[in-house]
Amino acid sequence: MFAYYLELALRSLKRNRALTALMVLAIALGIGASMTTLTVLHVLSGDPLPGSSGTLYYPQIDPRDNSGQLPGAEPPEQVTLIDGLNLLHAGRADRQALMTGGSVPIQPDSVVVDPFYVESRYTTADFFPMFGTRFSYGRGWNAADDEAKAREVVINGELNQRLFGGADSVGRNLRIADASFRIVGVLDDWAPNPHFYDLNTGSYGRAEQVFVPLQTALDLKMEHNGSNDCWGRGAGGVGRIYPSESCVWLQFWAQLDSPAKAADYKQFLVHYSQEQKALGRFAKAPNVRLRNMMQWLAHERVVPDDVRLQTGLAFGFLLVCLVNTVGLMLAKFMRRAGDLGVRRALGASKRALFGQLLIESGVVGVVGGAGGLLLAGLGLWVVRQRPSSYAALAHLDATMLLTTFVLALGSTLLAGMLPAWRACQVPPALQLKSN
Amino acid sequence: MKLHPILAALRKHKAGTVLISLQIALTLAIVCNAIFIIGQRIERVNRPTGLNESNLLLVTQQWVGAPNADTADGVEKLDAMQREDLAALRNLPGVVSVTPTNSLPLLNSSWTGSVSHKPGAQLGGKDNTRTAYYFIGDQAMDTFGLKLVAGRAFTAGDVQHQGFRDQPPRPIAIITKALAQKLFPDGSAVGKVMYSDGSNAPTTIIGVVERMQTPATGSWGNDFAWYSTLIPTRLDANFARYAVRTRPGQLDSVMRAVTPLLYKVNPLRVLDDDSVKSFGEIRAKAYRADVGMAILMGVICLVLIAVTAAGIVGLTSFWVGQRHRQIGVRRALGARKIDILHYFQVENLLIAGIGVLLGIALAIGLNLWLMTRYEMTRLPVLYVLVGVLAMLVIGQAAVFVPARRASNVPPVSATRAA
Repeated sequence: MFAYYLELALRSLKRNRALTALMVLAIALGIGASMTTLTVLHVLSGDPLPGSSGTLYYPQIDPRDNSGQLPGAEPPEQVTLIDGLNLLHAGRADRQALMTGGSVPIQPDSVVVDPFYVESRYTTADFFPMFGTRFSYGRGWNAADDEAKAREVVINGELNQRLFGGADSVGRNLRIADASFRIVGVLDDWAPNPHFYDLNTGSYGRAEQVFVPLQTALDLKMEHNGSNDCWGRGAGGVGRIYPSESCVWLQFWAQLDSPAKAADYKQFLVHYSQEQKALGRFAKAPNVRLRNMMQWLAHERVVPDDVRLQTGLAFGFLLVCLVNTVGLMLAKFMRRAGDLGVRRALGASKRALFGQLLIESGVVGVVGGAGGLLLAGLGLWVVRQRPSSYAALAHLDATMLLTTFVLALGSTLLAGMLPAWRACQVPPALQLKSN
Repeated sequence: MKLHPILAALRKHKAGTVLISLQIALTLAIVCNAIFIIGQRIERVNRPTGLNESNLLLVTQQWVGAPNADTADGVEKLDAMQREDLAALRNLPGVVSVTPTNSLPLLNSSWTGSVSHKPGAQLGGKDNTRTAYYFIGDQAMDTFGLKLVAGRAFTAGDVQHQGFRDQPPRPIAIITKALAQKLFPDGSAVGKVMYSDGSNAPTTIIGVVERMQTPATGSWGNDFAWYSTLIPTRLDANFARYAVRTRPGQLDSVMRAVTPLLYKVNPLRVLDDDSVKSFGEIRAKAYRADVGMAILMGVICLVLIAVTAAGIVGLTSFWVGQRHRQIGVRRALGARKIDILHYFQVENLLIAGIGVLLGIALAIGLNLWLMTRYEMTRLPVLYVLVGVLAMLVIGQAAVFVPARRASNVPPVSATRAA
């Protein structure tokens, strides 16, 4: 029966080629536009570390004075160096890391290679196990190396390729910012998107090439990049390479393996704030937040508003295309009321007719969906050619591929439902009479 | 023409009428808001920075193994290196003037702070006005092409130098007219004193420029986009930026000459592909997201209108085909071709009329919803009116071809079976 209905559907569609083409094209354009924008949104709002993002938390405390701040406002988005080190040394979380970003000159031994600057991250040891970085060679450093201000460095695969042609460079020396470092680890292409652990240095398509122990970097006065937020007279000070004590400029991340531990940790942050207030360092009542990674990304509105707007626009467009298809399909089915009346009179049930008409709209959906997939591929190619920071990430994955098909077929079947139902309501006798 | 028969016919095609009206309504709502967004983006992209943007280029470079900017000795050495670069650039053929600067409008690399009437004001306090600083040399006014509207420009004797992170007093400054009006609404800013970044040392305003945008193009900088403060100071650090004005037509040749020249002056530095940029490139980069968004929205609007117009053509064609015999009967009974044409045109006007009425409500509703979620202002009535008119015209244009085909139905078809 299905094959017969399919044949009927194809015949009917062939009869009005222009109209069929219009319906298919409208569906394809709608699906293409929606899937392109939805894929970009999906990529940008994705989980950078699936599986472990739920146990990673970004604690915030409020060390500011009371100048010009509203009560109940959000605490600063970063921590001061003192608070960062205090939280780090308290060690209340399963793992924790204090970090900030910068850029450093790499000075290769070879005279043929000019020195060049790369982006760097200054961090404590837990960064690597906590974020599950993947190593091609070697490993990260440990907490003792942090305290010893060890001249150890982890480089990423890109830099390893550039300097050592991708060979195992663990144990070799590298001159960075006029100091000699021993390479202890080489990452593979690990580069989470969004760049969740420090959104101040760009949200997408960023990867540091050099990782240096935080204390070592501070000791060598390596250049710091990123956001500094100061209050009071914090901007003051002469000849200071790093921001002053009343500036926040580091990120602190904690791994808490269970919700109970997270609740305890939040309590700890409150106690810490009270203690610091008692010591006279903090001025405000404890004002703490403990968001997990995805909550933090949502709070920071990391996905650009333009991308959301584009997605909304594309779905509005799809809606119009579907309404268009419903209208055309309705007109088409109603015009065939005569044929349908004859089939009804010959004994076809309403359900059979309904099924037949749905198959017809399903065919439009499948062809439109396939066209939409092609258009989405084209759309994503265009997105990749654009110079935005997330351009390279715009690829269809299996989930989005499936979503496209479900969306295309589902929406056209839905769109075919109303016309098919209306057409089936035609009383058979009336249609036979009128001709 | 009487509306009665049209209404009666539409009542028989309720579902079709409702659907096409709905489509017109949705199209109107989306297109109105999209065009409004496009208009806002175009307005944003076209606002002048206050600079003379042609024949202007920016050099950004870093020294390797530079002296430490945290020691007085290091600062002097860095300053000497910077003056050496400036002298070399000024001697380059085709160069009119050169100034060191920490940033340029639209560069998105800003040094912001606040200025106040009172000394020692705390950051974030009420009396403070946010501003973006430009630390520049004495040739900056000419290099940037700024228009001085009051007071005087900087002279070579005004220019100081400091380590990048030092905070020496700032005795004099030139501010923009917008900032001058904010600080001194009576219009007499020149000669007055302000205090920057909570300092206790006064800064005397010696001049006012017509307009100069701050470097930030992100939404966080919107509140103080025109509040710039120029400080006559060379910043000494392990990197430096130089703005260069060239003679007309010599921008490209100067841009090519800069990198080799600076390497000749001092090879221990890093200049990459991004280091020498014309202001045109800076502007294009700053606004590329806005331009991209405007283009995308424009394309979607056009396709949307095309789909809706095609839908109207398709549906009307169907109705014409369906009513072939009735049209023949009307013609046989004495209706003229023009009557048939008008019939379909008025029918379309009615459907489109219902559609745009609904569309106006949807457009305003969509705008209000967007206002709650994004940075968006109220949709001006003009956009809606133009949109309404456009939808009605598009409806009429779309219906014309099938309506004319209907008018060409011969009266004799009344006698034939449909």
